[in-house]
Order: sequence, then structure tokens, then C-alpha cells
Amino acid sequence: MAGKSSRIGVLALQGAFREHRRILESLGAAVTEVRLPADLAELDGLVLPGGESTTMARLLTVYALWQPIRAFHAAGGAIWGTCAGAILLAREVRGAPPQFGGKQESLGLLDAVVQRNAFGRQINSFAAALPVAGLDAAFPAVFIRAPAFTAPGPQVNTLATWEGQAVMLSQGHVLATAFHPELSSDPRVHALFLKMAVETKSEIA
Amino acid sequence: MSDSTPQDQQNQLNFGFAEMFKGGVIMDVVTADQARIAEAAGATAVMALERVPADIRVDGGVARMSDPKMIKEIIAAVTIPVMAKVRIGHIVEAQILQALGVDFIDESEVLTPADEQFHILKTDFKVPFVCGAKNLGEALRRVGEGASMIRTKGEAGTGNVVEAVRHARTVLGEIRAIQARPTEELMTVARDLQAPYELVRYVHQHGKLPVVNFAAGGVATPADAALMMVLGLDGVFVGSGIFKSDNPERRAQAIVKAVTHFQNADVLAEISEDLGAPMTGINIDDLIPAERLASRGW
Repeated sequence: MAGKSSRIGVLALQGAFREHRRILESLGAAVTEVRLPADLAELDGLVLPGGESTTMARLLTVYALWQPIRAFHAAGGAIWGTCAGAILLAREVRGAPPQFGGKQESLGLLDAVVQRNAFGRQINSFAAALPVAGLDAAFPAVFIRAPAFTAPGPQVNTLATWEGQAVMLSQGHVLATAFHPELSSDPRVHALFLKMAVETKSEIA
Repeated sequence: MSDSTPQDQQNQLNFGFAEMFKGGVIMDVVTADQARIAEAAGATAVMALERVPADIRVDGGVARMSDPKMIKEIIAAVTIPVMAKVRIGHIVEAQILQALGVDFIDESEVLTPADEQFHILKTDFKVPFVCGAKNLGEALRRVGEGASMIRTKGEAGTGNVVEAVRHARTVLGEIRAIQARPTEELMTVARDLQAPYELVRYVHQHGKLPVVNFAAGGVATPADAALMMVLGLDGVFVGSGIFKSDNPERRAQAIVKAVTHFQNADVLAEISEDLGAPMTGINIDDLIPAERLASRGW
């Protein structure tokens, strides 16, 4: 049973971390809330939730979490970012705040460019039945001020697109969704991530 | 999703959007420069308004929706969501803010009410709304009208957190009281609270409001913000408390950290140090009844 023994951390600086926790626990994972570097110990996977990417990026700097998360990935830990979390994963961020010179620090674990608010402001937010590679029926995807991905590198798999824009990618043991699976009652993407975390762990072991 | 109505889908988008602010701080700003400071300090959203509540108190007169030009400047200055306030019941101010592309509307008792009986029917709008509430009945009436987020009213512009604590304790206490009631008593509970029956049933089943619940009104220090989180709220609005203090940048950063680490007293002790003077504050007992903002709304 995938996820039976998985220990998953959810970055809990801000945002929808409790929703992720609830679904992951319903699938049998043991969940830890990650606020400081020490919280990363002993985890198989880490979820970066939706929220505000500028806020989370600032707090990642304040609590010196950037390098520990990169080290966690380098040691084989699976990482999944949703919406703001996906922005934190990308190689390059477009549409960052003007006062930061349009630049925003990111983890650089996903070889793609992410465009913030690619679909517009809150009045342009939408829900859609999204075909996802590897799932046999469309996924009820909730897009909120959502980003989209461009320029994926050769090792990146595009798992879903919407209106011509890439909205779900994977690369090795990194998963990125521009939408919010934690806001729907469908646990299939969470199950996919738990499978990724377990497989990565068994490859390393 | 096939059997859900367009309103269900709109609720999912708006309620979900409100979830993204959780564990975050929403800051009042009156200029694009202040908005930049708030964003750099880690605010999850800014509330664009012409005068912070402390100045609204001093100036008196009628407080209204902000100048659209100022709101547009703030929208252009930051990438985080921008909220703005309308007077209670002012349908047209809300239509204007929606047309401007504001991400969230606060139907706020801090402005002078435009309607003494009725709030805006928020389901008529695509843009989500946040409304203040002093107790559970008021909170559920606002959710029934379509609000996507509830906040305490507190006593805005006073720097005194006591009223926000009272509202939080009241709402959360009433939720616990409903949970303890048997199902067959819920219709009478709904009558007594003057709240929609279906929402009372939701609270009974889930032990929480159907939308996120934030603190607002009188939050002036990192400890105030952490206190509201400890009581069980989802996040914090800070108004006059930041830009009426000695060092807004440091205080804003400290309050953001306090909301993340509200359970860690070591972190709180460290970030509360040497922030300069907080806003002066007003003792709520000194306010004559006409000056109290929290009592507005029905």
C-alpha cells in the first residue's frame, strides 16, 4: 500500500499546509509540519503548499531553509510544490515583485521557467476537469491566481497542460502542480506523490 | 464536479483563495511605498485604504472607499493580492472595486456604514469578500450572504487587542457550544443565533466555520499576533499597528514571523526584542459609544 510507511513533511510557514496534511494522513502517511531546518530530519518527502510565494520565499531566507531543502532533495527526498510551492521549485521566476528588480529566489530543482499569475488575478481564477498523464480520468483542478511553466529542460516531463500552458511537471523525484489538489476532495495526485516518495526511497536503499 | 452549480464552483475558488492566506499577515497600506514595505516584510496581502483606522478616528467625518487611482497604484506596485474596503451595504463601491481587479473586498465597519439594515449580497459578485463579526450568529449571516472569509472586528485603530480577543473567544466558544448540542436542537440554535440553519449544521458537524477566520482590530505587537493564533484563528490583519509605530519595517517583519512561530516562545522572545515604540494606543473604555467601530454591522 503506497504511503503506508511514508513520512512526509509539509512546509508550514504559511498557506494551505493543513489541507495537504489532512489528505496525506487520510492516505496513511505520517505528516510533520516543517518550520525550521531541524524539522526535515527523517522525512521521505516534502510538500511545499500553496500560499504566497513572496511570503514563503522571505521566510525561507529568514529561517535559513533554502540549503537544507536543496540538501534534502540531493539526498533523495521527493519534493512536491503546489501553486506558490511550485514557484519556489523552478529554475527561474517571472513576474516577481517590481521592487525586487523582478527577481525572486527559488530552489532551482525543476528545470523550467515559472510565470507567476499566468492566468490573471483572482477574478480570473477557475476550476477545470484537467486531463493528467497517468490518471485514467480527468482531475478536478482548482486554479487560483495560478502560475504556468515554460521552457522545460530535456529531463522534465509535462504531465498536464491547460489552454496551451504547462500546469503540471515532473523531473526525477520533483513534482510541480500549478493548481491545488489539496482543495479538491480527490486524493489521486497526493497518492501519485506518495508513490514517488516511496519509489525514490527504495531506489536509494 | 458535474453536479455542482456555478455558485458552488465560485465558492470553491473564493474559499480556496482565502485558505492561501492562512498563517499569514494582511497589512493595511495607504501608499504604494507602504505596499512595497509590506510585501518585502512578507505580508500575504495588502489592504489598500486612504487612511489607517487610527487616522480615521482622529479625522472624523465620513470614511469611504479609497480613490481608484491610489488602488491602481498599489496593484501596480506589488504582486501579492490587493484587498480594499467598501462601506457596509455599499453595492456600487463593491462593483467599482471588482471592476478595478481588486482581489478581495472587505465590507468594513471601519468605514462609515452606507446601509443601516442590510449588508451586500456577496454571491452577486465574482470577487471574494471578507466581513467582520463579533459573534457566531453574525459570522454565519455573513457567510450566508456569500463571505469567503470572516475576521474579528476588534476595535480598529486603538492598538488595544482586548476587543479582538473577546470576539475570537465568543465565536470559538459558541462553536464549541453548538458541537455539544444534539442534532434535534439545531433549528432552535439557528433561531437563537439568527443564523442560517444549514450553516449551523455545518458548524455542528465540523467544529469550525465554513470559511477561514482571521483576527483584526488592535493588533500592535508580535505577541498580540501570536496570541490571536494561539486562541485558534487562522491569520492576522494588522492596520494602524505597523505604520503608526517607530520602525514599521522591523515591526512588520516581526509580526509575520510571530504568526508562523506562534507556538515557539523562544522565537517569539527573539523577534519581540528592540522593535522601537509601538503605536501609542487608546484605552477602549475611554471611547464614547459613538466612537466605537465594532458595534457597526447587523
